[in-house]
Amino acid sequence: MIRALILLCALAAPALAQETIVSGLSQNRVSITADFDGSEILIYGAVKRDTPPPEGGPLEVIITVEGPATPVTVRRKDRVVGIWVNNAEVQVDSAPSFYAVATTGPLNYILSDTENLRHGITIERVIRAVGITAEAEQSGEFLLALLRVRTNEDRYRILEGRVELTEDTLFRTDVVLPANLTEGEYKVRLFLLRDKQVIAVQERLIGVRKEGLERFIFNLAQEQPLIYGLISLVLAGIAGWGASALFRLVRA
Amino acid sequence: MQLYLPIAEISVNAFLILGLGGIVGFLSGMFGVGGGFLITPLLFFIGVPPAVAVATGANQVVASSISGVLAQLRRKGVDFTMGWVLLVGGLLGSAVGIWVFRLMTEAGQVDLFVQLSYVVFLGLIGALMLQESLRSLLRARKPGAPIRRSHVHSWVHGLPLKMKFRASGLYISVIPPILVGALVGFLAAIMGVGGGFIMVPAMIYLLGMPTKVVIGTSLFQIIFVTAFTTVMHAVTSQTVDMLLALILILGGVVGAQIGTRVGVRLKAEQLRILLSLLVLAVSVRIAADLLLKPGELYSVAPGVLP
Repeated sequence: MIRALILLCALAAPALAQETIVSGLSQNRVSITADFDGSEILIYGAVKRDTPPPEGGPLEVIITVEGPATPVTVRRKDRVVGIWVNNAEVQVDSAPSFYAVATTGPLNYILSDTENLRHGITIERVIRAVGITAEAEQSGEFLLALLRVRTNEDRYRILEGRVELTEDTLFRTDVVLPANLTEGEYKVRLFLLRDKQVIAVQERLIGVRKEGLERFIFNLAQEQPLIYGLISLVLAGIAGWGASALFRLVRA
Repeated sequence: MQLYLPIAEISVNAFLILGLGGIVGFLSGMFGVGGGFLITPLLFFIGVPPAVAVATGANQVVASSISGVLAQLRRKGVDFTMGWVLLVGGLLGSAVGIWVFRLMTEAGQVDLFVQLSYVVFLGLIGALMLQESLRSLLRARKPGAPIRRSHVHSWVHGLPLKMKFRASGLYISVIPPILVGALVGFLAAIMGVGGGFIMVPAMIYLLGMPTKVVIGTSLFQIIFVTAFTTVMHAVTSQTVDMLLALILILGGVVGAQIGTRVGVRLKAEQLRILLSLLVLAVSVRIAADLLLKPGELYSVAPGVLP
C-alpha cells in the first residue's frame, strides 16, 4: 500500500511541477470611496514550463474570484390569509458575497466533477449548507433561489470562455466587481487544467476596503453609534435651520 | 453621478436621491406634512434596505420639521405646553416601537410589519381625510348648511388630570394627548415617519385644538420624537445612513420652500383632497405588493459571523 502511494507520488510530482502559474493582478487593493461605481480587475498570467508541453488534451484555465463569506438566511414567501409573507426559512452556513468563475471553455467540458469537488470551483461547491434539509421541506429549492437571487444581483457569475489563452502560455481575463461590493479579502484562484484534471493552482488576494469618508462614516456608525446618531441630528438640524434662514434671506 | 452609501452599502445615483428629496420636500411644503410617509417607501423602491430606509427617513424628517417649526414660530403657531405633553407620550411610544422593530427584524418579518403598518394607517387616514374634505367642499358649495362646531364636548373632556393649554385655549385632561403622542411615536419608530398625517387630524378632531396651532405643535413634537428615533436606531441597529440623509435633506429643503409657495395659491379643501389622494395612492401601491404574487418568492438576508 505504502509502496503504491510512493509510486503514485513519484509519478505525480513531476507532472505537477511541469507546468506552473506565474500571475499578476492589475490591482491588489480596491478602495470603496464615495464615488465608487464598481471596479474592473485584470487578472493575467503565464504558464511556466521547464520542459516542452506534455502530450494530452489542450491546456485550460479557470479563474475564480471569491468575496468574503457570511452566513445567509434564505426566506420564502407564501400566501397566508391573502397576503404574501415570509413563511419558511433556511440558514445557510456560509455563502460568499461575491463569486465569479471565468474559464477558457464550457465548465463541464474542461472540469471533472471530482476535481470540482476537491477544489471547490463552481459556486455550488463553495456554498456550505450543512443540515438544511432538516429546516424546511424542499430545502434544495432554497439553495437554487440563493443562486438565482445573487446571480440577478450580479453577485454570482459564470463567465465561460472569457479567459483568453494565447499560444498555450499567456492568459488574461477581466472581472468586473459590482458597485454593491462588500468589504473584505477577495480570494483569486487560478487553476490550470488538462484532460479535466487540475495540474496547477495558485491563490492571490485582493483587499477591498472602504476608504476616506466612507470608511470614516462606517466606522463611526459601528464604533460610536451614540455620537454618530447625535452628529446625524446636528447635521439635520443645521440643514433644516440653514434652509429656512437662506430662503428668508432670498425672499427679503 | 454615482454615490456609494456607506451604511446602505449600495451605489445610487446622487441626482436621483436629490430629486426624490426635492419632490417629497415639494409635497411636504405644499401640504404641511413631514413627508416621511413618502420618502421611506420611495427608498424601498430604489433598493435601500428597509431597515436603513426607516432609520434614515426619520433623520430626514428631523430636518424638514425643524425648517417647518421655524416658519410656524414666526406665525405664533406653536403650543409649547401641548407640545411637551405630546412629547412625553411620543418618547414612550417611540421606545416601544424601536423594541418591536428589533423583534420583527430578528423574526424576519420587519418588511411585512412595516408594509402592513403603511397600508393600514395610510389607508385609514387617507380615506378619512378624503371623506372629510369632500364633505366640507360640498358644504362650501351649499350656503346656509349647518356648520359643524369645531369644539364639541365629548368623553375626552370627562377624564381626570386636567391641564390648561393657553395657546390652544383648551382645558382638558393630559391623557388623550399622551395617548396620541404615544401612537405617533410608535409609528415614527416602525415606519420612519414623523406621523404628522395622523397627529394633525387627531389634534383637530380628538383634542379639539384650533387649526392655527395644529401644524406648528405637531411639527414641534415630531422634531423630538424623530430625533429620539434616529439616535435609537443608530445605537441599536446602526442603520442610519448619514450620507443618504444629507442628500435627501438637501433636495428636501429646496423642494419644501417651492412647495410652500405653490401651496399658498391653492384652496385649503383642494389641498386636503390632493393630500388624501396622495396618501391613498401610497397605501394602495404598498397593498398591491402584499396582495399580488411577487416575482421572486425567495429573499436572501446576509447574517453576521457569530
